[in-house]
Amino acid sequence: MTDFAIILIGAILVNNFVLVQFLGLCPFMGVSNKLETAIGMAAATTFVLTLASVASYLVRTFILVPLDIEYLRTISFILVIAVVVQFTKMFIDASSPLLARVLGVFLPLITTNCAVLGVALQNTTKSHSFLESSLYGFGAGVGFSLVLILFSAMRERLAFADVPVPFKGAAIGMITAGLMSLAFMGFAGLI
Amino acid sequence: MQPITSPHAHSKNSTANVMQLVLLATLPGLIALTHFFGPGTLYNIVLASITAVACEAAILKLRNRPVAFYLRDYSALVTAVLLGLALPPYCPWWVVVVGTSTAIIIAKHLYGGLGYNPFNPAMVGYVVLLISFPVEMTQWAAPRAILEEGQSLMGPVSALARIWLETPVDAYSGATPLDLFKHLDGQTVRQVYDGEALFREGRWAGAGWEWVNLGFLTGGLFLLYRKVFTWHTPVSMLVALGVMAAPFYDGGSSASGGSPLFHWLSGGTMLGAFFIATDPVTSATSRRGKLIFGATIGVTIYVIRNWGNYPDAVAFAVLLMNFAAPFIDYYTVPRSYGHAKARPGRGTP
Repeated sequence: MTDFAIILIGAILVNNFVLVQFLGLCPFMGVSNKLETAIGMAAATTFVLTLASVASYLVRTFILVPLDIEYLRTISFILVIAVVVQFTKMFIDASSPLLARVLGVFLPLITTNCAVLGVALQNTTKSHSFLESSLYGFGAGVGFSLVLILFSAMRERLAFADVPVPFKGAAIGMITAGLMSLAFMGFAGLI
Repeated sequence: MQPITSPHAHSKNSTANVMQLVLLATLPGLIALTHFFGPGTLYNIVLASITAVACEAAILKLRNRPVAFYLRDYSALVTAVLLGLALPPYCPWWVVVVGTSTAIIIAKHLYGGLGYNPFNPAMVGYVVLLISFPVEMTQWAAPRAILEEGQSLMGPVSALARIWLETPVDAYSGATPLDLFKHLDGQTVRQVYDGEALFREGRWAGAGWEWVNLGFLTGGLFLLYRKVFTWHTPVSMLVALGVMAAPFYDGGSSASGGSPLFHWLSGGTMLGAFFIATDPVTSATSRRGKLIFGATIGVTIYVIRNWGNYPDAVAFAVLLMNFAAPFIDYYTVPRSYGHAKARPGRGTP
């Protein structure tokens, strides 16, 4: 039980994918201009992260390891992630048009989110079990969502700030993310 | 809307006035720090103030803003004084200068100056220093009460030498109460309280530290009385810290995390609760928002103090919640009188 709590806290706070490991920065900077779209993106990414870490675990254990072709893991994980995202998109399109409209273009974009590949590869290097892999993927998604949503609320406010011209827009966003990263270092040692 | 009729009450609660009150309210804590740890904090504050005013003036000049007008609101001085109080006494001069210039230039003016900064400038300066120079930032002077026979606090001249020339004076640095609780090494709380001079000479939470915190509490209550801020943030923060500490006190066993009283009166608790977390720019706005904001700071402080790497956590906790404050505001828009419940983020429809 504590093992699972440690994996969750580690993935959400201590080794936060965005602010500590610097993975998934592209959607973090790109989709954080409005809070509502950020929430949609966060939900979709969490879903894909969990599903992709489960799928990549299955591929590794039942295909790569028995055939002794583990050196192909990066390329096969990329394939798995693309399939998972496409499958999710088809499933949501068919089952819930409303959710599909909310997530819109963000769903296919997740394919290129390096946090997803990062989770799959880290599950391999940390040799997580099936349950641990899915928890780690879920925790990574929750950590990503937390930071993305808080950051987008802050950027809505920054849009009205009297920022010096050279620092407007993405520049001040980067500085803010850097300061946040500093604050997240306070969680070091929790696990 | 009913127009406001005369007599037009005039409040002199301008920014400068509030900032002067805050400066005044830091006095009891400053006096306690100087009495117990020597003149180091005074030098910190002087050096930080000079740096802050110089940086502020330079940036305002660069941005073609009226320098004298903005300098007269005292906000740069408040940042400098709060950072100076938080820094360890007798830390090298460049620590103070780097911290203050980071606070004023990066945390304040890159965002557009006073009123726009999302993070508390003094705490940004502190955290940048703590992460960049951990050795200098974790050496605290030993308080007056536990100095050995024949030792005395550093005088003004030897303190200056320490700050500018970094002459090594090992005897004067000691562990803080929070450091001691980080490494109980199987001792019970009673054993630590009896064994360590720092606790033996103190009444509740370590010699010197308890009075420093009581000093900041006094200043904070004065600000509360003068209505500089409302009670919501400091009270919810202190209550949350106490509520977290109570179950993990564990009857004072060797696994104890310290009593609520210990946590209230050690480290930067009171300075954080009354002077840092109440910053109107970087905290949540509504009353409900302030309660959430303060309580989460209290919980985070306890979590990092007890299970994290860093001995004190006020700066980290405040920065983390500064980050969350716009989100809290978004979902705690108060209902204005005569209107339906507000929708998140948009105010009353």
